Amino acid sequence: MKTSKPDYILFDRDTQAIIFNEQRKAIQRMLDFDYISRREKPSVAAIVSPGREGYLKVFFGKREILIPIYPTLREAVEQKPHADVLINFASFRTAYSVTKEALFYDTIRTIAVIAEGIPERFERELAALAKKLGKWIIGPATVGGLRAGAFRIGNTGGSIENLTMLKLYRPGSVGLVTVSGGMLNEMFNIVHQNSNGAFEGIAIGGDRYPGSTLLDHLLRYEANPDIKMMVMLGEVGGTKEYEVVEALKAGKLTKPLVAWVTGTSAKVFPTEVQFGHAGAMATSASETAEAKNQALREAGAIVPESFDDLGDKIREVFEDLKAKGEIPEIEEFEPPKVPMDYADALKKGIIRKPKEFICTISDDSGEELLYAGVPISEVIEKDYGIGGVIGLLWFKKELPEYARRFIELSIVITADHGPAVSGAHNAIVAARAGKDVISSLASGLLTIGPRFGGAIADAAKEFKRAFDAGMTAEEFVNDMKRQGKYIPGIGHRVKSVKNPDKRVELLKDFAFKNFPNTELLNFALEVEKLTTAKRDNLILNVDGCIGVLFVDLMRSTGLFSEKEIDEFIEMGGLNALFVLGRSIGIIGHVFDQKRLKTRLYRHPYDDILYIHPDEEKEFFGG
Amino acid sequence: MAQKGIREYHAKKILARWLPEYSNGEFKLHGKYALVTPETSLDELAEKEKWLKEDRLVVKPDQLFGKRGKHGLVLLNATFDEAKKWIDEHMGKEVQIGKVKGKLTHFLVEPFIPHEKEYYVAIKDDRDADHIYFSTEGGVDIEANWDKVIQIDVPVLEDIDNIDLRTPLSAQLSGEELDRIERFIRALYKVYRDLFFAFLEINPFAVTESGEIVPLDLVARLDDCAEYWAAKKWGDIEFPAPFGRELTPEEKYIKELDEKTGASLKLTVLNPKGRVWTMVAGGGASVIYTDTIADLGYAKELANYGEYSGNPSTQFTYEYAKTILDLMTREPDPRGKILIIGGGIANFTDVAKTFKGIIMALREYADKLKENKVKIYVRRGGPNYKEGLRLMRELGKELGIPIEVYGPELHMTRVVRLALEGNPETQEQKA
Repeated sequence: MKTSKPDYILFDRDTQAIIFNEQRKAIQRMLDFDYISRREKPSVAAIVSPGREGYLKVFFGKREILIPIYPTLREAVEQKPHADVLINFASFRTAYSVTKEALFYDTIRTIAVIAEGIPERFERELAALAKKLGKWIIGPATVGGLRAGAFRIGNTGGSIENLTMLKLYRPGSVGLVTVSGGMLNEMFNIVHQNSNGAFEGIAIGGDRYPGSTLLDHLLRYEANPDIKMMVMLGEVGGTKEYEVVEALKAGKLTKPLVAWVTGTSAKVFPTEVQFGHAGAMATSASETAEAKNQALREAGAIVPESFDDLGDKIREVFEDLKAKGEIPEIEEFEPPKVPMDYADALKKGIIRKPKEFICTISDDSGEELLYAGVPISEVIEKDYGIGGVIGLLWFKKELPEYARRFIELSIVITADHGPAVSGAHNAIVAARAGKDVISSLASGLLTIGPRFGGAIADAAKEFKRAFDAGMTAEEFVNDMKRQGKYIPGIGHRVKSVKNPDKRVELLKDFAFKNFPNTELLNFALEVEKLTTAKRDNLILNVDGCIGVLFVDLMRSTGLFSEKEIDEFIEMGGLNALFVLGRSIGIIGHVFDQKRLKTRLYRHPYDDILYIHPDEEKEFFGG
Repeated sequence: MAQKGIREYHAKKILARWLPEYSNGEFKLHGKYALVTPETSLDELAEKEKWLKEDRLVVKPDQLFGKRGKHGLVLLNATFDEAKKWIDEHMGKEVQIGKVKGKLTHFLVEPFIPHEKEYYVAIKDDRDADHIYFSTEGGVDIEANWDKVIQIDVPVLEDIDNIDLRTPLSAQLSGEELDRIERFIRALYKVYRDLFFAFLEINPFAVTESGEIVPLDLVARLDDCAEYWAAKKWGDIEFPAPFGRELTPEEKYIKELDEKTGASLKLTVLNPKGRVWTMVAGGGASVIYTDTIADLGYAKELANYGEYSGNPSTQFTYEYAKTILDLMTREPDPRGKILIIGGGIANFTDVAKTFKGIIMALREYADKLKENKVKIYVRRGGPNYKEGLRLMRELGKELGIPIEVYGPELHMTRVVRLALEGNPETQEQKA
């Protein structure tokens, strides 16, 4: 694509970029920079997020805008032909293929590659391809670069406070290029303190074979009339700096160049040390920092004695140019203020906000998940079990061991009661209708209530009421009779005194052995004596037994107040216990049906009594 | 994260595995290589590798250093028993190679192959091209005979099959030998390229009468960044530390941490008794701090090189800081010690967050820091730096440890001068 920009300009105030990978923070930082630079249009045109489509909502100053997200680079490029920069945040695994693809799109001219750890062979290929196609690659392994008051690559320049402090929202007269991305911001600082600021700064990245070199950028700065002097920060290892030396000697670089190559201390190490950057290791004498500094000095660059004096040299050169009248006056302005982000303000304690939700049983906001204050790892290590977890999440209490085991026993005992009961039956019908496991389970659970499974809660309530009121068993039986109510938890279809329910025996045994106190059970057994005297099958059934024992349990632990016990029963806590246990069985029935591939259930005609409206009259009158 | 040397043993194994495939089966290596470490039982090894007792043997250390012949560290034409005795004598022995002292721990054993002609071949990477070097006069004096070395360039975007090797090679070769060497170089280059070698030098290699290629001495570096693509072809290899630079347990620990995070954590202990310790953020800044310490004449006192960068989590920074604090407080020095927590102005690393990790570690080591009379100097900028610096200042007061704290207003490396030569201002205050 032909642009109206001169060759030496990679970015201006209209430049727009496509961002590969949804780097929300970096994108917001770019737009914040745009805002303080008083750009008209945001610098991000589109985002590529593989496999995703939609929009990213970001702030452009005070208002929010939408940036389109495309699933492929091709689509983004086709939709945004005016965007000529790609900022490639792909990981080291995919950065190469993304960059290579981008090089072949006509509309993309400059690609910044952020990833670190790309194989050198790939880097060399990309650099050679870019050269052949007349394109620019900045990086890899860099933060990118920034043209003051115009365009920022990703995270370059750091926070808004820093950009403002270093006046990077408006151009100065210094062209800056560094190897290290991390040092670029520090160099902006040094340039700012010793001149009228940077015009542009690029970090080529610390790898051995960056896509564009120190010299490539210095040549751009040389050609740019707005840049009056240049600053370069090189590094031990590689030969990139010698290209600069050659260019100085050949007269291709004529503007004052303040240069320093870091890593002069490499000689103090007894053996080769790989510094932080992949390219930062001298493999021959010419690659040492001293050799390079010396060569640069001899070729006419202004080279300080150490990094400490770099700022002073920049100042000297700048003041000299200024004295010669070569530095134009800069029109200063107060940059617009970027409103503080809500999250930042909260973090800094400047604002506060009332919470809409309260949670007292668990906390997932810290390093480790907590159940009622107990870290999940401890829950596992100390073998809390399901009973202990129920203690934590339902009651926020550490239940004693026998209580945990009793809860587990209740769950085991209530887990299933065959396919014919309403919960399982409903779930089976739903499963056979082709519904998913959750819908089928829900359809079964929804039958639990006053008639099915509800006897546990009712038994607990009624027996507790009578016992607490000081009634005798006989008074209680008579009282219920007077009210015309069945006693909940009493009676079984087939089991009787002579043919006891094994489950009830188990529960009672457990309670007698382990509970410090079984007073409500004892009361219930007194009642049973009276009812079974009337009819053999009016025994304390499993629901009744669990119900009264749960009350005994809560009382005997000494952990619950009477109010808490009543509240638990009122909230439907015992129904919940039944729901929890029975869900296991219901899910089993659903899986059973699915594995058997049973078909839609239809109730047989011959099992339905059909009554027509006219017959209805006959039966019911009216 | 860069070019790294591998053992001659592994490099030869790789060639033995892949060269036949890249040459349609023409070039086979005998594949008889054994690596002896302190854990190896030679007798047990000989049961698997029968040739150890059948062939005459060559033994040499395999620890990424060269000029082994000149140091008298190559055993030639030996029997199994002679080799065993020689290894026993040399295992664990300390030797001086150039400036470096180190222990011998790894030996390569291979068959001794009598030969007449010694060829030289090397492949080296460069920005625009790979350079292939070849000579019929290989051997120890190759550098003296460098004018006889043929150089052939393979440009980065070019396929080796489109490169004319024949014309340059015919300066030294002809007939069948030329054909064979040409095919060999092509195959070797393809292995070099596909397996992400960064450097390969075979000096010398011999060609047996049956046409077998025998690399006698070999140096190789791989690009360890290519692990994701090439690990399968590399097989079971390792990247040993340079000779004399075996990792200490602490360095190993930091290396393991580094591999676990997307951020970067590096540590090299230079002098465990040194008084000047650094904990610097950033690959570029850390080099400059080291330079400055050396410039001020404290190179011998410098205890470590290291850096942390790429926005490491509080937890990782804590572990990193703890490791350094532990090292620096092991042995008190009557003159006291200095810790420089330095860095440039971060682009996106949250300074307060990383400092929280460092502060956790400092608090934990407060007593030891006092015992060792440690003075701490901090200089840092970047996102949230004001909060980070405030936390550091408060910590100093709380623990009663001298901590001087500076932000971007102070030149990045000036803090080094303050730390090493004292702060005239605070000294005045004391007076």
